[in-house]
Amino acid sequence: MVERYVAAKTVEEALEALSGGDATVVAGGTDVMPQSQAGRLKLGRTLVNIRRVAALSGLALTGDEINIGPLTTVADLNEHDLIRQHLPVLADAADKFASPQIRNMGTIGGNVCNASPAGDLLVPLLLLNAEVELRSSNGRRRMKLQDFFAGPGKSHKKPGELLTAILAPLPKAGFTARFEKFGTRPALDISTVSVGIAGVMAYGGLQEVRVAFGAVAPTPMRGPATEHALEGKKLDDAAIEAAAQAAMQEVKPISDVRATDWYRRELVHNLVRKVLQDVARG
Amino acid sequence: MSLAVEIAFKLNGSPVRVSIPATMTALSMLRDQLNVTGTKYGCGEGECGACTILVDGLSVNSCLMFAVECDGRELTTVEGVAANPVNDRLRDALVEHGGVQCGFCTPGMVVQSKWLLDKHPHPDRHQVERGLEGNLCRCTGYKKIVDAVCGAGGSNE
Ligand SMILES: Cc1cc2nc3c(=O)[nH]c(=O)nc-3n(C[C@H](O)[C@H](O)[C@H](O)COP(=O)(O)OP(=O)(O)OC[C@H]3O[C@@H](n4cnc5c(N)ncnc54)[C@H](O)[C@@H]3O)c2cc1C
Ligand code: FES
Ligand code: FES
Repeated sequence: MVERYVAAKTVEEALEALSGGDATVVAGGTDVMPQSQAGRLKLGRTLVNIRRVAALSGLALTGDEINIGPLTTVADLNEHDLIRQHLPVLADAADKFASPQIRNMGTIGGNVCNASPAGDLLVPLLLLNAEVELRSSNGRRRMKLQDFFAGPGKSHKKPGELLTAILAPLPKAGFTARFEKFGTRPALDISTVSVGIAGVMAYGGLQEVRVAFGAVAPTPMRGPATEHALEGKKLDDAAIEAAAQAAMQEVKPISDVRATDWYRRELVHNLVRKVLQDVARG
Repeated sequence: MSLAVEIAFKLNGSPVRVSIPATMTALSMLRDQLNVTGTKYGCGEGECGACTILVDGLSVNSCLMFAVECDGRELTTVEGVAANPVNDRLRDALVEHGGVQCGFCTPGMVVQSKWLLDKHPHPDRHQVERGLEGNLCRCTGYKKIVDAVCGAGGSNE
């Protein structure tokens, strides 16, 4: 039962409210509200609304990385010039996200902290080698996004910690990245599977390949076997098929209401092939 | 009962002060506490758009929003859109094109269309379809609604 409500204006106020323990952070609320109404999430004794913390909004290029405030909405990501110019794969994933209303409310920080294996911004962020900054009343730490997830809906963020930034290094010249998701409806669908592939295009193939998958394992995952299958290979039909095979073998999907394990593997195979054909065409 | 919090905001231009439970949705505050019932409850889960309102000019699903988050903001519901003559074109276009059948989705469609037309005063058909992606209608088959919003925006493609 909620006994205290804090509409924090500064990071310090939010951290103070969290330090008492048994607190729930609310950003856009698009996960917290439906999950708590359905009884899947028990709200803590303190409800900490961070929406008014100015320091957690905004986007900036600092040195050679883009610093994305966790309160940046999905709509902002889709429209912001810095994202469109430097991280277009993130703008593209934001464009394929839910509905306009949810894009206006939902934040990137909420998508990361909700830690859903199907979180649509997470696959592009993995492709971009993004890192997260966490702060508590004891200090701050940074970790790779890849190491942040612990299981479905679980992360290595401690209860007293706030996500205070998402940092993406500026990609090298020639870097290209694609994101594809598959759901049964065009809008408002939780991804049945999603696939991201990135690399630097050279000699008709990809180098420094990065592959990531969503909704096919307990957490969003990188695909090292698929990356290995692609590294430096000319993207002809045989190489594309080999990569699609590697992908369907390395994912670990479950069967649920949205699809069976078998169907998800087939989707992964077909999406990987589709994305690579698209990359090969340039 | 959950903790009560007092908040103040503007609703369709008029100041409102209200005490609400910290866990209440903005939709429930509007309908059950303030008796402003133009905004509809369809699914309660963000899927249908019947509860769409504008908060500081941005369209949101009021069923997903904590009512406490309304503090200090400007809310516009279908009542506010309807009262403003600027929106007569949208209303007339919906009537003209037969975009209203049972009417349950209409308040959400109107508010969402208002947001869309504020953002893109002359949207093309694709922009209208994408703009209404989060609003379900069980009656019209969407074509008439899309035609109406295109009409209100002065494009007839
Ligand atoms: C109808 C519907 C459709 C959806 N469609 C999609 C979709 O297509 N793709 C997709 O990926 N998701 C989708 N979602 C899920 C949701 O909208 C996203 O995950 C969104 O990004 C969550 O952001 P939020 O700000 O609303 O999070 P909130 O609900 O406010 O928070 C989510 C979680 O993160 C924590 N949190 C938030 N910010 C911080 C912070 N800075 N520090 C610490 N903890 C924090 C909260 O405590 C909570 O546990 C959908 C949801 C609904 C209801
Ligand atoms: S009632 Fe809010 S989206 Fe359906
Ligand atoms: S007119 Fe009946 S739901 Fe749209």
